[in-house]
Amino acid sequence: MSLQDGVDDSPDLLAEDQETRQGRSDTVDLTDTSLMVDISDSLSERDKVKFTVHTKTSLPQFKKPEMSVVRQHEEFIWLHDRFVENEDYAGIVIPPAPPRPDFDASREKLQRLGEGEGTMTKEEFMKMKQELEAEYLATFKKTVAMHEVFLQRLAAHPVLRQDVNFEVFLEYEGDLSVRGKNKKEKLGGFFSRLTKSVDESLLSGQKDVDDFFENEKQFLIEYHAKIKDATMKADKMTKVHKNVADSYIQISTGFVLLATIENTELDKIFTRVAELLEKARKLEGRVASDEDLKLSDTLRYYMRDSAAAKDLLYRRTRSLADYEAANKALEKARTKNKDVPQAEKAQETCCKKFEKISDVAKKEIAEFKTRRIAYFKKHMVEMVELELKHAKAQAQLLKNCISSLQEES
Amino acid sequence: MADGLEPPPFEEEQEQKEEDDLFSDAKEKPSSPDTDASTASNPESNADGGEVEKKDDDEEEEKKDLFDDGGGSEIKLDSDEEEESPTSDDAHRRSGSGDYANPFDSASTTAAVAPAATAAASASKEDVTPQISVSQTSTSSASKVSGTSKDSREELENGEDENQYEIKITVTEPQKMGDGMGAYMVYRVVTKTTNPVFRKSEMSVPRRFSDFLGLHSKLAERHPSQGIIVPPAPEKSVLGMTKIKMSKEESGSADFVERRRATLERFLNRTATHPVLLADQDFKEFLEKDSDLPRATSTSALSGAGVMRLFHKVGDTFEKIAFKMDENDEWFEEKQQQIEALDQQLHKLHGSMEALVAHRRELSQATAVFAKSAAMLGNVEEHTTLSRALSQLAETEEKIEAVQKQQADTDFYVLAELLKDYIQLISSVKEVFHERVKSYRNWKEAETMLGKKREAKAKYEVLNKADKAAQVKQEITEWEGRVEKGQEEFEKLSKVIRREVSRFEAYRVEDFKNSIVKYLQNLMENQQKLIKYWEAFLPEAKAIA
Repeated sequence: MSLQDGVDDSPDLLAEDQETRQGRSDTVDLTDTSLMVDISDSLSERDKVKFTVHTKTSLPQFKKPEMSVVRQHEEFIWLHDRFVENEDYAGIVIPPAPPRPDFDASREKLQRLGEGEGTMTKEEFMKMKQELEAEYLATFKKTVAMHEVFLQRLAAHPVLRQDVNFEVFLEYEGDLSVRGKNKKEKLGGFFSRLTKSVDESLLSGQKDVDDFFENEKQFLIEYHAKIKDATMKADKMTKVHKNVADSYIQISTGFVLLATIENTELDKIFTRVAELLEKARKLEGRVASDEDLKLSDTLRYYMRDSAAAKDLLYRRTRSLADYEAANKALEKARTKNKDVPQAEKAQETCCKKFEKISDVAKKEIAEFKTRRIAYFKKHMVEMVELELKHAKAQAQLLKNCISSLQEES
Repeated sequence: MADGLEPPPFEEEQEQKEEDDLFSDAKEKPSSPDTDASTASNPESNADGGEVEKKDDDEEEEKKDLFDDGGGSEIKLDSDEEEESPTSDDAHRRSGSGDYANPFDSASTTAAVAPAATAAASASKEDVTPQISVSQTSTSSASKVSGTSKDSREELENGEDENQYEIKITVTEPQKMGDGMGAYMVYRVVTKTTNPVFRKSEMSVPRRFSDFLGLHSKLAERHPSQGIIVPPAPEKSVLGMTKIKMSKEESGSADFVERRRATLERFLNRTATHPVLLADQDFKEFLEKDSDLPRATSTSALSGAGVMRLFHKVGDTFEKIAFKMDENDEWFEEKQQQIEALDQQLHKLHGSMEALVAHRRELSQATAVFAKSAAMLGNVEEHTTLSRALSQLAETEEKIEAVQKQQADTDFYVLAELLKDYIQLISSVKEVFHERVKSYRNWKEAETMLGKKREAKAKYEVLNKADKAAQVKQEITEWEGRVEKGQEEFEKLSKVIRREVSRFEAYRVEDFKNSIVKYLQNLMENQQKLIKYWEAFLPEAKAIA
């Protein structure tokens, strides 16, 4: 597929890293250079993407100070699941797993374009194709960035960075043999999600002993619902905006064709308008893609991050319920005077676990907030600046075109 | 931490390049008044000095308007008209600029506070006309169509004084009369003119939609056969009208009503620019007569006459296919091909334009939906400044939605409708071409008959049938007369059509030029609005802490 050719070792991908890394420093503390991870290369094949994960470290548990391994999306998911399953991390907001690389939309569009090839001029077709390729490349870069961010958040987390599985993920040069889930596992995953959501609704009646957590829970549930909605609406908006930009192509071509048959002074005007629309299209398209990048993606990321924070609160509530159950069991045991030491021990474990989760979670939630606010600020400011830049460019473009048209007449 | 998300898909350098393009553009086209004046003062044949000077001034003024950020969308392309009387000119200019500024301004400002439907309704009730005002072309002097091909100008100057008087027609106050299936629309047709053939300089009459159709069918009956291009009447829309008839409130069908009102207005103004059509008694009566016009009965789409018209059209189409004339006139051959190609391209462009309108409307809806969702998110956001920023973002998006909606209206009324009008006008042009073919056929048929008669005469002479030969001889003289008449008619018709087509071309150039400039200006103003809105929002985003 020709689309993938351009992607194989895309140099811009690397060129970009410098800038992005600097940008990240707002939210990820990079003053600590003891463990630095990035995705140095990525390769898109027919149905999978291979990420080259590059690590530089001074931590003693690693065998070498610098290494590169090839990882696929499934391995990232595997790593994420290990963190979620590990009870030790129950109090931590586990960085959300990166979304599966999905180029189906681009491919489908390209296919549809191919089918419609006969109905448009060659130039129109080429422009549409270029647009699609650019879109594909943008999606691809975004996918890579999401995977990178996931690893970087892990690497920057004081506890999670110590994880053995993470170390294996970064260091082991062979396959991790986690190629996708088979049917049974998928079914299992489905059931565990189902039990989790049933459990969640059962626990929704669980009154929290701590007002802080009770409030956070209420907030996150509502926040997640709203930001999910906003993400969808923003996606729709940018998608339609892209359509607007694309429809300039046909209009521009229409004017070119009109100019070719025109034998009056209109041919010059038509040509000029066609040129203008072509430039305006690019600007309009950029407005759409920048909104997607700065607005939709910001919302999307916090949709996922708030889900992760919500999960944390769920784990804590679960543990609280366990703790209360253990208390009751202990009481029962004491009245019956039977199995008291076991019950005491169980109660103690539950209590410790709960207290540990609560302790860690408080800090994690606070961090989640600071992170969110900084992130929103940065991206909203950047979005507005880009909007301004594009609108100004377009206004200037139009101004020039109008005055040149008026000079001619 | 999660910041690595943000690599822009298009790298900075690319954008840089784009900007370079922009600026080099600016350099290429310096907008100094000097060059402006020099091009403008390149006077066309019969424009006298004073007029040229005036043109300069106006263009200067125009520029000022352009660069004025907050300025209305006033375009005074029509201002280099010959001034007949200052007062009427003023009146005209005022109404002319109202034409321009209102539909979009009022629509957008109202839309910001009121639901879209009411905005459109109020816009249509006011004296606003979101349309391409043809009157500006009607008032521009023939000399202004400078760039048109030489021959067309010669044709135009061929003793035409069509722009001697001004006439400007507005169609306002669409009102639904009656209820149920018997309901109909009445419009107020206001004519302002300096032309002395009219009783008054200002007339205002109520007219039903069917009156417009009746007028058109009367014009279309008489004039195309004389080679005159009659501007097409608006299409009768059974669906749209039924909606109006059925709906209780006016708001539901405001879009349809406004679109039709604008179409009717363009139809009248286009008709009025034509000296022959303007002189037509039926047209005059339509504009002038205070009382109701006699009901036009044959205009209903479903009436017997309507069906007959359809048959007639089908018959005509067959004829067109069946009879091919050998074109001896290069000019006609070329023009016909050109018009054919133009027709095709206009259809295509119109389709693309409609697609843009649809996409833009969808975008404005999507933006509105997002604005609501962002406001909700702002409500639940616990962090004060972020919450505030999100609410402000929602408000900004709401304003942007209004801009997008207005832009969609401009896409539609300024460009899409122009293209549609010209597609229909071209069918009128084709009709007169067809009239010419018909006339040619009459002539040629007469020639054939004459040939036959001559043959018959020769035969009778050989057979020595003197009495019959004498009879045929008489017929020959008769047919000779017919051939001559046929030829005369054909040549006369060809001449008229040549002039008509050149006239059509000249107006087309003006119309497109004005509309395009107007369209671009609107695009630019909307970008400036966006700049204003985002600039107002920027401090809010920066205030997040």
